[in-house]
Amino acid sequence: MAGATQRSEAATGLALVAPPLVYAVALLAVPMAVIVLFSFWTQDYLDLDTTLTLDNYREAWTDPIYRELMARSVYISGVVTLITVVLAFPVAYYISFHVAPERKALWIFLVTIPFWTSYLVRIFLWKVILGFNGVLNTSLIGIGLIDAPLTVILYNLNAVVIALAHAFAPFAILPIFVALERIDRSLLEAARDLGETARSAFVRVTLPLAMPGVVAASLIVFIPTIGDYITPRLVGGPGGLMIANMIQTQFLRLNNAPMGATLAVLAMLIVSGIALLFVLANRRFLKRRG
Amino acid sequence: MTPLISLAGVEKYYGDYHALRDLTLEIGAGEFFSLLGPSGCGKTTLLRTIAGFETPSSGSLRIDGRDMTGVPANRRPTNMVFQSYAIFPHLSVAENVGFGLRRAAGSRAEKMKKVEEALEMVGLSGFGKRAAHALSGGQRQRVALARALILKPKVLLLDEPMSALDKKLREQMQGELRRLQRQVGITFILVTHDQEEALIMSDRIAVMFDGRIAQLDTPQRLYRAPVNRQVAEFIGMMNFLPGELRREDGRFVASIRGLGTIPLPEEQVPTGAGPGPAQFGLRPESLSVVFGSEALPTGCFSDGTVAERAYYGDMTYYDIALSDGAAPITCSMRNLVSRPVLERGTKVRLAWEPGALCIFPG
Repeated sequence: MAGATQRSEAATGLALVAPPLVYAVALLAVPMAVIVLFSFWTQDYLDLDTTLTLDNYREAWTDPIYRELMARSVYISGVVTLITVVLAFPVAYYISFHVAPERKALWIFLVTIPFWTSYLVRIFLWKVILGFNGVLNTSLIGIGLIDAPLTVILYNLNAVVIALAHAFAPFAILPIFVALERIDRSLLEAARDLGETARSAFVRVTLPLAMPGVVAASLIVFIPTIGDYITPRLVGGPGGLMIANMIQTQFLRLNNAPMGATLAVLAMLIVSGIALLFVLANRRFLKRRG
Repeated sequence: MTPLISLAGVEKYYGDYHALRDLTLEIGAGEFFSLLGPSGCGKTTLLRTIAGFETPSSGSLRIDGRDMTGVPANRRPTNMVFQSYAIFPHLSVAENVGFGLRRAAGSRAEKMKKVEEALEMVGLSGFGKRAAHALSGGQRQRVALARALILKPKVLLLDEPMSALDKKLREQMQGELRRLQRQVGITFILVTHDQEEALIMSDRIAVMFDGRIAQLDTPQRLYRAPVNRQVAEFIGMMNFLPGELRREDGRFVASIRGLGTIPLPEEQVPTGAGPGPAQFGLRPESLSVVFGSEALPTGCFSDGTVAERAYYGDMTYYDIALSDGAAPITCSMRNLVSRPVLERGTKVRLAWEPGALCIFPG
């Protein structure tokens, strides 16, 4: 009797998770498996050679172009992550510690306003701001700070960093805000009571307790930015291209899906590796707490 | 006695809310002092003002002769045990206890020795390496105590430290806290809403209502002679009986509904009280049911019927309906083996001590 009930409960459970499971397998696992499979095949002009081989990986690893794009992607993502998290922290801190409790929701809502516009539109706005005759240059010339328009701010790596850091700011602010909200304020009073100044209490208590949020923010920014291709494509110029642009080129222009798949798999592995190292480096902050 | 802490005319406003009203108070060195009152009476605000977490709107606060105006919490000779204990979850027990030693002089080894001594003092020897989040409630409280006492403050502030503990543990910790206070000789200021806890632990108690101190006294005086009905209601249990205070032949006489008319000695009548209607307070233990086999207690007598009874194991509480139809009066009796537990409806004779009467004019 009990066994029958259990079985039927298990069956109900399975029935309930089945649709999302099918969805996840169809849209995530299958494409991923196909990409991995493709990466072991090769393209022979118009034909697909389905012999399993590591040739693509060998080429991807030795060709300086791929290497440079990959290194540049990691570098850009790293810089974007650093800038975003460093700038997001004070915003999250301000909302958590200095905004009246009843207005916090409003502030968080305001933080998400950039999402109301399409990302493409926002990128084009950056072009308007950073361009040769853009808002920034004309303003700076107008107030006499520079004589000629700056060219280092558009169609290069810097422009990509600026646009991405702006786009991902809300993603970084939210987890840090949540971590800060979870800090029992009496801990800060206890630190003051035990002789710490406001600043040293921040370093000894607030910062370590906010680290889970900082780690989450870093991963949330780092992982998607490495694969971004719209931003480098539109504001990066030739010097700001990233690995995703090459993947797109392999798939769509060079008709070399296997090579594109190989680069995609490698990018994924590198991101996973770096993310894992990052989490391990911060594991003492991520321990479960009572 | 030179006071260690003295407050003069301390006021605190939060916007329109008047949290502390003209508090003037002196607390001596080595005293176990309690701030007792219902929630919202300002006791925690007062404690936090002494700690330096709140700034008084006006008035002055001196600790050990030094004016504390503008002195932040980290530079006051006070340490606090927080209601939540505020144990740092990212640090070990030893790191928590040694948190405040960072700025202190001495080598690392000396500091570690101090931490070990502090842990030993609160009965947590060998717990140093444990993670703070793995501790039980009672252990957290001990860590909070060790962390505060290790800095040898002049004053230890305790903000409802027992409220998170279960009854048994609470009773045990009350005893330990009292022992610890005698051992270290530091002034303890305890905030509590538990009158029993305040009575058990304190040398003196300030009872607070609405941001004011209603009465400041020793536990015994507070229990025996509450200054007004509000204090009397808050501390212990008390019967309030309406009646009249009269003067007959130059002597005070109480006429109490249900208990009759009795003469009162002059010293029992509060100063300034004149003839007129009054409330008479009588604690349940000042009344007793007369059991036939026992020797007749001294005092006054009244007749009544058991209207209700509550059996507590060690004690039985009887609500006795007096013969003239007044509201029932509560009386507590120790349950001796020779005493039966009376059923409802039993006719009884009640004896009471006139000397225990509290008089609240008006």
